[in-house]
Amino acid sequence: MPLLNIKGLRKSYGALEVVAGIDIAVNAGECFGLLGPNGAGKTTTLRLALGLTAPDSGTISLFDLPVPGKAREARIRVGVVPQMDNLDPDFTVRENLMAYGRYFGLKDAETARRIPALLEFAGLEHRADARIDALSGGMKRRLTLARALVNDPDLIFLDEPTTGLDPQARHMIWQRLRELINQGKTLVLTTHFMEEAERLCDRLCIMDRGKIIATGSPRALIEQHIEPEVLEVVGEEVDAWAEQYGRGLCQRLEKTGEMLFCYTRDSRALLEHLKSQSSLRYLHRPASLEDVFLKLTGKELRD
Amino acid sequence: MGFSRDLRPHSRRGLRSYMHEHSNGQSGMNRAALFRLPSLSLRFIPVWRRNFLVWRKLAIPSILGNLADPAFYMLGMGYGLGGLLPEVGGVPYLTFLAAGTVCYSTMNSATFEVLYSGFSRMHVQKTWEAILNAPLTLDDVLLGELVWAVSKSLLSGVAILAIVWALGLAGLGQTLWLLPLIILIGFCFAGMGLVMNALSPNYDFFMYYFTLVITPMVLLCGVFYPVDQLPSWLQTVSAWLPLTHAISLARPLVQGGEPQHILAHVSALLAYGSIGYYIALVLTRRRLLK
Repeated sequence: MPLLNIKGLRKSYGALEVVAGIDIAVNAGECFGLLGPNGAGKTTTLRLALGLTAPDSGTISLFDLPVPGKAREARIRVGVVPQMDNLDPDFTVRENLMAYGRYFGLKDAETARRIPALLEFAGLEHRADARIDALSGGMKRRLTLARALVNDPDLIFLDEPTTGLDPQARHMIWQRLRELINQGKTLVLTTHFMEEAERLCDRLCIMDRGKIIATGSPRALIEQHIEPEVLEVVGEEVDAWAEQYGRGLCQRLEKTGEMLFCYTRDSRALLEHLKSQSSLRYLHRPASLEDVFLKLTGKELRD
Repeated sequence: MGFSRDLRPHSRRGLRSYMHEHSNGQSGMNRAALFRLPSLSLRFIPVWRRNFLVWRKLAIPSILGNLADPAFYMLGMGYGLGGLLPEVGGVPYLTFLAAGTVCYSTMNSATFEVLYSGFSRMHVQKTWEAILNAPLTLDDVLLGELVWAVSKSLLSGVAILAIVWALGLAGLGQTLWLLPLIILIGFCFAGMGLVMNALSPNYDFFMYYFTLVITPMVLLCGVFYPVDQLPSWLQTVSAWLPLTHAISLARPLVQGGEPQHILAHVSALLAYGSIGYYIALVLTRRRLLK
């Protein structure tokens, strides 16, 4: 039985259908990703799953409890890392964890017993009495993650856990999320970073305009939707080259801005030809989730 | 790629969701959930405690702010203006002012707490959002805020009462009934203020409430002079304002008498508080659980 089971879920705001009939089943112990551009409906899906808003139609069950009907009871076993940090600025690091434990009905002694391990997990052992505004962005994120673990949840929802962090801070979060996965926790995360999804998720679905347009493991999605090799080509004469040679030398061409993407199953002939084109620069790489994502959601800019 | 691919599904989707929306009746919460009566649970306690612990850190400036302002008004006007007046309402002006100041200080404290501090927690710091991810409901959070505002206003009312005792303006025994009254006044204005909190887009919005509701109450409800000094049409307005009911109960208690029409005044304060709280809860559900 999946820990989180969503069927036929719909939610509209005014005339805009933000979640347009989706099915999601998240099994115990897996890291499940909701990948999509801004406005795809990822955050609304999480809010619905937590019972913070009621669906227009469809069913949600969390730990076999109906949501939103029994959402409060279900949240006893859930941790949440919200998109925007909402730590308590008037409390220290330790006091934030204590206060959050109380919301779960934990006795202060119990929370106090858990705090050293949480601080260690967050790498904040020496910051227990620091004020929140004295923490860096990465530290705040790690504390928010530690706070989500105060009730020792079985399932953790993370809404864009690394958005706005620098690469070092992002890697520290990823490392901790992998630790949680290794401990057997179930993770549901939203992201628009392909790298994050590719590194962490066992399975993911790609959401666009409220719908799920693909589901599977990162590797399966790449194999299913994209040729294995990509050449990114730029240069002044790239358009002419694409028409004259490129189209014949690869399976599929996509142009985004100045960049031409050539997708191919066998790049040898293409590479050979490009070596002789002094006006073009190119990069040869294996296909990634990003290519799948761009193919399925389109390359236009979204606001 | 390009426009054709992007636009077609978009317009189709627009129509479909429009039809879905209208076949469904409404978006957001269903009506029953939106208008459900407040659920009262002891789960509000950790919310109350969170506010208390933050307040404790900043207690000294907070107490000063709550206490000093009304105390200086009462003492300055009581002695300064009172010296020029023979008696007001049959007692020295300072004694007259004491009852009004207890009520007005309680009102102010409850109002400030749910407006400015409550709005910081709800909208600016997103503290409520963090709490709602835990196994608490919005009803628990709002109840915690209500009880907290009542607690804080109790402190403000009692602080003024302590000055009244210290100056010997009234005996301890006769004024003990003021304690439940202060709680009731705090409840009344916390409930009303939470409606403003639920509606507010920003801090500036609260200026309307202070200018159009709180200030008229301070001036029309008998804090500084008896209501019967006002022309009759203003007396009619005054009779509808909750602070008038509070002062009608408080003044006889301070002056050692027995209030008239107790049931009516208590009912008025309870009604303002509980109707306000219910409206605030519905509006806050609509705002945060959409």
